[in-house]
Amino acid sequence: MIIKSIEDLKEVKEKYEPLIKQRLGHRNGLGLTQILVCSGTACHSSESREVRLELEQELARRGLEEQTRVVKTGCFGFCEYGPIVMVHPGEIFYCQVRPGDVRELVEKHLIGGQVLERLLYHNDSTGKRTQTIEDIHFFQAQRRIVLRNCGVINPEEIGEYIARDGYFALADVVLHKNREEVIEMIKKSGLRGRGGAGFPTGRKWELTAAQDIRPKYVVCNADEGDPGAFMDRSILEGDPHSVLEAMTVAGYCIGANQGFIYVRAEYPIAVERLELAIEQAREAGLLGKGLFGTDFDFDLSLRFGAGAFVCGEETALLHSVMGQRGEPRPRPPYPAQEGLWGKPTLINNVETFANITVVLREGWEWYQGQGTSTSKGSKVFSLAGKIYNTGLIEVPMGTTLRTIIFDIGGGIPGNRQFKAVQTGGPSGGCIPAKYLDLPIDYESLKETGSMMGSGGMIVMDEGDCMVDIARFYLEFSQDESCGRCTPCRVGTKRLLEILIRITEGQGEMEDLEMLEELSYDIRDASLCGLGQTAPNPVLSTLRYFRNEYVTHVRDKRCPAGVCKALLHYTVDEEKCIACGLCAKACAAQAITGAPKQPYRIDPEKCTRCAACVAKCPRQAIQKGIRKDVADLGGEAGIYAGAGDTENRATL
Amino acid sequence: MEEKLEYTPGPVIRKTGQLYDNPEKEVEKIKLTIDCREVTADKGMSVLEAARLAGIEIPSLCYLRHINETGSCRVCLVEVEVKGTKTLQASCVYPATAGLVVHTTSPRVRRVRKTMVELLLSDHHRECTTCIRNLNCELQNVADSLGIRNLKYTGEMKALQVQNDNPYIVRDYNKCIKCRRCEAICSKVQEINVYSALYRNYDTIIAPAFGQDLSRVACIACGQCVLACPTGSITEKECIESVWEALEDPDKYVVVQTAPSIQVTLGEEFGFPAGSVVTGKLAAALRRLGFDRVFATDFTADLAVMEEAHELLERLEGRGKLPLLTSCCPGWVKFAEHFYPEYLDNLSTCKSPHEMFGALTKTYIARKEGIDPEKIVVVAIMPCTAKKFEAARPEMGTGEFKDVDWVLTTRELARMIRQADISFPDLQEEEYDSPMGTASGAGAIFGSTGGVLEAAVRTACHLTTGKEADLPDYEELRGFSGLKEAEVLLKDRKLKVAIAHGTGNARVLLERLRAGETFHFVEIMACPGGCVGGGGQPIYGSRERKEVSLDYRHNRADALGRIDAAKTLRRSHENPDVLRLYKEFLGQPLGEVSRNLLHTCYTPRGKLPGFQFGGIKGSHAGHALDNMPDT
Ligand SMILES: Cc1cc2nc3c(=O)[nH]c(=O)nc-3n(C[C@H](O)[C@H](O)[C@H](O)COP(=O)(O)O)c2cc1C
Ligand code: SF4
Ligand code: SF4
Ligand code: SF4
Ligand code: FES
Repeated sequence: MIIKSIEDLKEVKEKYEPLIKQRLGHRNGLGLTQILVCSGTACHSSESREVRLELEQELARRGLEEQTRVVKTGCFGFCEYGPIVMVHPGEIFYCQVRPGDVRELVEKHLIGGQVLERLLYHNDSTGKRTQTIEDIHFFQAQRRIVLRNCGVINPEEIGEYIARDGYFALADVVLHKNREEVIEMIKKSGLRGRGGAGFPTGRKWELTAAQDIRPKYVVCNADEGDPGAFMDRSILEGDPHSVLEAMTVAGYCIGANQGFIYVRAEYPIAVERLELAIEQAREAGLLGKGLFGTDFDFDLSLRFGAGAFVCGEETALLHSVMGQRGEPRPRPPYPAQEGLWGKPTLINNVETFANITVVLREGWEWYQGQGTSTSKGSKVFSLAGKIYNTGLIEVPMGTTLRTIIFDIGGGIPGNRQFKAVQTGGPSGGCIPAKYLDLPIDYESLKETGSMMGSGGMIVMDEGDCMVDIARFYLEFSQDESCGRCTPCRVGTKRLLEILIRITEGQGEMEDLEMLEELSYDIRDASLCGLGQTAPNPVLSTLRYFRNEYVTHVRDKRCPAGVCKALLHYTVDEEKCIACGLCAKACAAQAITGAPKQPYRIDPEKCTRCAACVAKCPRQAIQKGIRKDVADLGGEAGIYAGAGDTENRATL
Repeated sequence: MEEKLEYTPGPVIRKTGQLYDNPEKEVEKIKLTIDCREVTADKGMSVLEAARLAGIEIPSLCYLRHINETGSCRVCLVEVEVKGTKTLQASCVYPATAGLVVHTTSPRVRRVRKTMVELLLSDHHRECTTCIRNLNCELQNVADSLGIRNLKYTGEMKALQVQNDNPYIVRDYNKCIKCRRCEAICSKVQEINVYSALYRNYDTIIAPAFGQDLSRVACIACGQCVLACPTGSITEKECIESVWEALEDPDKYVVVQTAPSIQVTLGEEFGFPAGSVVTGKLAAALRRLGFDRVFATDFTADLAVMEEAHELLERLEGRGKLPLLTSCCPGWVKFAEHFYPEYLDNLSTCKSPHEMFGALTKTYIARKEGIDPEKIVVVAIMPCTAKKFEAARPEMGTGEFKDVDWVLTTRELARMIRQADISFPDLQEEEYDSPMGTASGAGAIFGSTGGVLEAAVRTACHLTTGKEADLPDYEELRGFSGLKEAEVLLKDRKLKVAIAHGTGNARVLLERLRAGETFHFVEIMACPGGCVGGGGQPIYGSRERKEVSLDYRHNRADALGRIDAAKTLRRSHENPDVLRLYKEFLGQPLGEVSRNLLHTCYTPRGKLPGFQFGGIKGSHAGHALDNMPDT
């Protein structure tokens, strides 16, 4: 059916609404059981597809197909516990469902009418199991605004999106509003770009709309190159139409008739859903010529990124879309002035677009009431690292790090101490414990020396070495540098070399100053955001964890015990039973010994692979940090716990 | 019937990568503040241009005006004040806007600039004293200006094999600063697209596809990248030593010829301003160096005009394809062989003048002066790297002899003169030797764009009418717009002629031919401006003269024009030595001896002529190459 009016949309909505309502907890007597199976990338890779197929087969075998329906959904965010299966009515939330669990699930829950306890979420700290999603702490402190459809609708069914009031905003805009009005709304909402820099979205639209040149283009930046970030992927997988709708609104507002979604080719599910969504929208007349019977045309096509981080930078992205080498260029001219093929081009991030539909649906007044004074709305983060609940979360701007890490994230496992949280991916910085109560928004994160970035959040505990973390990120940035400008191409290389030197125990105190100076110069001089932000991990760790650097340099010691070159393995004489298993395990032949005498490890030969540690039946091999060596004083100087001189002579 | 040569100027085509400003354009003026001084600039200028206009020098490396404006090297950073906040911006790409406040030498600027150059140097094989660009290197210059005495940041350096599997250009990746000027000139001006960035991060190299040697890609050997390179990363392949050897060998009879443009460019290497004519000193210097005979290629340029004019008439009579395309530029010939092989039959079969010269030296001169051709060594001083390629072509020989043994660029000759401790400015002017030293003005203007066509038209006109036509000035034909066309009246026939220089413009012209437009005679030179802008000409990289645009080609061409205008002998067919040569040796233009000695044939070459695995060897040759098999 071709949708021409709001009435047409309502008709579709009516058809799908009951299904959706039930999923939202309405006991609307559908006489139907809906089983939602998450089919986001994370659950997909833990076999959610097999679970779904198995479910379908099992239901057929039991003759339950009539009154049960299996539905694919997008990501619930609780990826750590995937695959997620949710049963309505009842909102029973099952975690880590394996294909082998399906038979029991069907038998017990669907036929027996009883909840299958063992698949419910188990809270490790309380030891309790929870039945519904509301009872899980992870979800309690969240506000799913942008992700409202993820885990609720079937992303492959446009009707379900419409049933969630989708495309109504577009219809309203195209049929009843002029572009200035809409842009004004976006401006007043206070929405800022979610792609990293936080540029006011309304202003960007206004600037692009003001250009007199045609054609113009709308581009959605779905490159998402930050390692470990998957906010955009989840939106595209769980609610692709929200992006399509917003891009069409953008096209209407700025005067463009063609849009491109630049999505990384490594996101096969997102690509598939986008292709399907575009197809369905075209069939419904929501993309293409003469939308809603007006003379406004808008169509979309996909462009694929090969996975270079820098291609997320807007000017590099434009080059890539045009088939050139993905390299940034100086701005001005901004894409709003000269973008694709030299024409004005609006580039926004996936999440930014997803927010547009929220603003239009809920109204700018509502939207600008959310969040902090400078940053409105909510932000999606992907939580990872040393934390119980890793996954995708959405919180209002201004939520504290503590809430995110300890409430939603469930805190740090293994009774370990929180050390820092890294936000903003390779361009961000590490924020120490003293800022845990900081309400986070664009500005506050920047003040700590980090940044919002696209929303990666990695939690670190005392077992993480901050110098090593800085080295890790810098390795990434240097590797991903496009190689165009000097500070980034050569500067980050030199920076990395200094860091490597320090982690290998070759550092000197002057290196710390050099790190700092070079970092500032790279930040100030680089051509694009990649280089400008690449030193952030170094600068922030230097700022908050300088001691750790000093310990590496001066004492040749890695307090966290991470930097391999600064570690050494020793045999605890007391515990050693001289079985010789460690010596057999050692590929470097660094361990020698004789019967009835404790074995020893030669630090010169030891490659710190820890193979021996795993083999020792008495846990006699210890990981030590160089401090012990220093403590032995001049007398030993070679390695600790090596026994007396006589023993050594026998080696 | 009134015999008159006429021309009507055609439309001027401007293209991207065009080297010259359009002076007619009215531009809005703006005022901004640079270093506390109010300065006026054109709207649309970069801050760097605005500063230079006001006499404020900002160091730069990657910038090449109108050709490479990409803000890559970050050496030209300045502090720009916007709403009270100061940020560092690359002045070469930052637009000068009204009211802008710029600081070009604040402590922050100086510090960061220094860091940029230090970083570049930390990845640079710094061997200035043995480097071909020593004392004429932009990097060296900038480093000196910034007072870099030791490198704060050092680390791993690349060690890539130097590529020189071809007779014209040597590529040392270890001296490349990734300014991408070579890439820009090759793709935007010449439109050959040989270079691009390969790999990324620290491993980035600016190289031909797959890191191949230039001989294995569709490089036309024009050497524009050599001119564009601010360092010693792309250089001509020197053969100075071989020439010294020949000179020192008492058994050898070493004959030297100089291309028409050398007399107007060599002076630049010795401090003369661009456009100085140093013909006499040039001849003197060559004698000091020990050459046995000092001749001018201008002479064979006249000869080539004779041959080519006859060829034109022959083709106009229906024998052979039209339009006749000139063939005196080996870069252009190679271009046609790679990209437009279907037009090879249109190329004039004339060898380029220096090859004609070589062929004649080893036959005519050898016989005339009774020298064993085996003992003759022909050295050609050329403005051009493609001539090195041409000299090595198997077609360019007579019997068992190569026509030309060694080709030296203008720069190499200057180096030889320095090596011999000759004080060039102090030399007394001398004359060229006879018989191959006299030339008409037509021979001289061979060295700049439009000259060949003009010279041939002068002669063809005489040949058809039997009378000497007036000598109108062919300003319009010669000027500097990239592509020009005109109508010329030859007897009662209107000929459509066209001139293109820079292969980017050549492409446009050839595409028009492909689309079916009719022309009769077309002159193409590969280098922008013709030989005066050739890839073997002086490079400006020293402090006094840094190359930020290639505008000085004008001056050189003007100088050739002056030489022509000053000559009484202005038509090739009036050159008495040429006429004598025909009488004594060649017989007649396009005669049998001519055909044997002075004409050649061409070879289609394809667009990727010789791909080989494992392009570049050495550490840091990029990840992809590590796994490639050696061949
Ligand atoms: C190195 C680099 C990588 C980037 N990667 C992304 C990305 O993956 N996704 C994204 O939306 N924006 C990315 N950006 C930001 C974009 O350049 C641009 O600011 C953004 O797409 C604008 O959209 P917004 O206004 O909606 O935030 C990146 C920027 C830089 C400098
Ligand atoms: S900062 Fe890095 S990624 Fe950006 S242009 Fe420079 S080299 Fe390329
Ligand atoms: S390129 Fe310049 S800086 Fe480099 S070695 Fe040669 S002269 Fe020195
Ligand atoms: S070869 Fe020369 S011109 Fe080309 S990028 Fe390197 S330094 Fe620049
Ligand atoms: S960045 Fe301006 S000259 Fe290189």
